[in-house]
Amino acid sequence: KTIASSGRGILAIDESNATCGKRLSSIGLDNTEPNRQAYRQLLLTTPGLGEYISGAILFEETLYQSTTDGKKFVDVLHDQKIIPGIKVDKGLVPLPGSNNESWCQGLDGLSSRSAEYYKQGARFAKWRTVVSIPCGPSALAVKEAAWGLARYAAISQDNGLVPIVEPEILLDGDHPIERTLEVAEKVWAEVFYYLAENNVIFEGILLKPSMVTPGAEHKERANPETIAKYTLTMLKRRVPPAVPGIMFLSGGQSEMEATLNLHAMNQSPNPWHVSFSYARALQNTVLKTWQGRPENVEAAQKALLVRAKANSLAQLGKYSAEGESEEAKKGMFVKGYTY
Amino acid sequence: SFNYLNIVDELAKNAAYIGTPGKGILAADESTGTIGKRLSSINVENIEENRRALRELLFTAPGALQCLSGVILFEETLYQKTASGKPFVDVLKEGGVLPGIKVDKGTVELNGTNGETFTQGLDGLAQRCQKYYEAGARFAKWRAVLKISANEPTELAIQENANGLAMYAAICQQCGLVPIVEPEILVDGSHDIQKCAAVTERVLAACYKALNDHHVMLEGTLLKPNMVTPGSDSPKVAPEIIAEYTVRALQRTVPAAVPAIVFLSGGQSEEEATLNLNAMNKLQTKKPWSLSFSFGRALQQSTLKTWAGKEENVKKAQDALLVRCKANSEATLGTYKGDAELCEGAAESLHVKDYKY
Repeated sequence: KTIASSGRGILAIDESNATCGKRLSSIGLDNTEPNRQAYRQLLLTTPGLGEYISGAILFEETLYQSTTDGKKFVDVLHDQKIIPGIKVDKGLVPLPGSNNESWCQGLDGLSSRSAEYYKQGARFAKWRTVVSIPCGPSALAVKEAAWGLARYAAISQDNGLVPIVEPEILLDGDHPIERTLEVAEKVWAEVFYYLAENNVIFEGILLKPSMVTPGAEHKERANPETIAKYTLTMLKRRVPPAVPGIMFLSGGQSEMEATLNLHAMNQSPNPWHVSFSYARALQNTVLKTWQGRPENVEAAQKALLVRAKANSLAQLGKYSAEGESEEAKKGMFVKGYTY
Repeated sequence: SFNYLNIVDELAKNAAYIGTPGKGILAADESTGTIGKRLSSINVENIEENRRALRELLFTAPGALQCLSGVILFEETLYQKTASGKPFVDVLKEGGVLPGIKVDKGTVELNGTNGETFTQGLDGLAQRCQKYYEAGARFAKWRAVLKISANEPTELAIQENANGLAMYAAICQQCGLVPIVEPEILVDGSHDIQKCAAVTERVLAACYKALNDHHVMLEGTLLKPNMVTPGSDSPKVAPEIIAEYTVRALQRTVPAAVPAIVFLSGGQSEEEATLNLNAMNKLQTKKPWSLSFSFGRALQQSTLKTWAGKEENVKKAQDALLVRCKANSEATLGTYKGDAELCEGAAESLHVKDYKY
């Protein structure tokens, strides 16, 4: 419930080292531990971040890192009143017998890893699997995605970590919004069925769904009101009220799109807290402002606060797009994106 | 070398070969911890050289390989050699025996249940299987475990274990390894044979549903089930009864496309396991798959005791192994007469309550 608190959402900075490397190289930086540490330090020490951010998802390396002054990141977060979370999956691999689809690994030794993460200060976990509409999705892929999430969620709760349940329905494809709705309903039905089979307590989970939108290559774009309507319809049909929070992923939307869509979803009361868990949609401008230079840190932190505040207002249904920068409007969809 | 296009033919061919009448599998894939228990039972230190020496004893026993179509190895053993430097995989191949590899990483408690488990090992499995294929392995094994009691096995345990087996099997086939599907229902308990039959049928149905959902090619798989017997705390029944209940359970659940069923011995004595297998092969009824063995303890017990870790006992120990191999080979043909020279321990039950491998 703390994470699902009013006006706040999640900052996702759990990029694996490889993925973080892509971000760093986009601003001309090498993928070294000091650079990753410097970047995460910039983000996590942003003054006042805790007013808009309730949780931060970390990669394993980051959970054990400290600032250049030697203060543990988990302590920095604690002082900011931000709850540390940890990515626990081990990535996607090809799913045999499917239509070129993937499944998510990470169950081996998950119980003992989770116990260690809890000791280090993590209080929630995250596991991202994907479903592809152009590939079907096949019944096998949907089942495997849902079952893996359910097993991970049960093990997480057993070790004191709130599981964020993330079956990302990829944006790729030229399908209309109605098809996305159909697939999302099927996926969430299966997820909740298996969560129940695995005795997962719904009051102790968070969801990280993709919004219901047309495919990226569909001829018509949908406006925020349409996206909100379809997304809320899906949630109301499939998500039990016991779930405290729904923290959307941004999945390639521009920073501004992601904020506008969230705002549209919060125009009337929902049975669950409807908020954000954004990575690229919070970090894009920050990265470009920083450029890896110490003298830009303050400006970059301000840029983070701008986005965090915008999304906080969106969560409250009070966001206005006036004054948004050009950078914030840039789409971040990459076809066939692999994290 | 590995040609993906021939994979289907190769899998089916290897699976069928393992089911060759007169042959079966020696399960010598005890993990380092488990083999340590065997060694300590004969006062032998659990060091790599002793593990190597034991396996060399088994694989070079004269005549033994002719009774075998496959040997399951632990990872360490796959890369080991005889004292004179010949890789074990070559010893086996030259003896017409396919090397197999245990790929699971053991069982872990299934949270929210009363001591039920699931099996780990899926992470990075594809990469490991590719390596094992390169090292000469042609089949793999993954052991799932379920138990019978008033409230077990639960639906959750059955689903999780069936799903794990199916994922493992699909990945193996992509890498050219024939997967042995092993859903062991432990013999522990005071239930009767009817209960074991009902549970076995339920579990096998779930396994084949999962295998089909994962598009596993059944012709390229093997099944390693428990025999259908009363619980270990219940009165024993004759081999003919065990045969009847076991084969009936299989007829109801195992598609004809599966080439061979290689039973686990699960704590039966060497002689019991052989007699039961023999009774099954004598049974006059529909059996579209071969019925054979994949025995660990039930092939090695006498051999181990005879060896006792001593060089001078190697020949006698190898003779003991040959006795059991021949007996089981005959049992796959239904021609075993129960007259195998019983070594010390051959009739001894190998059941250990709530056995942890």
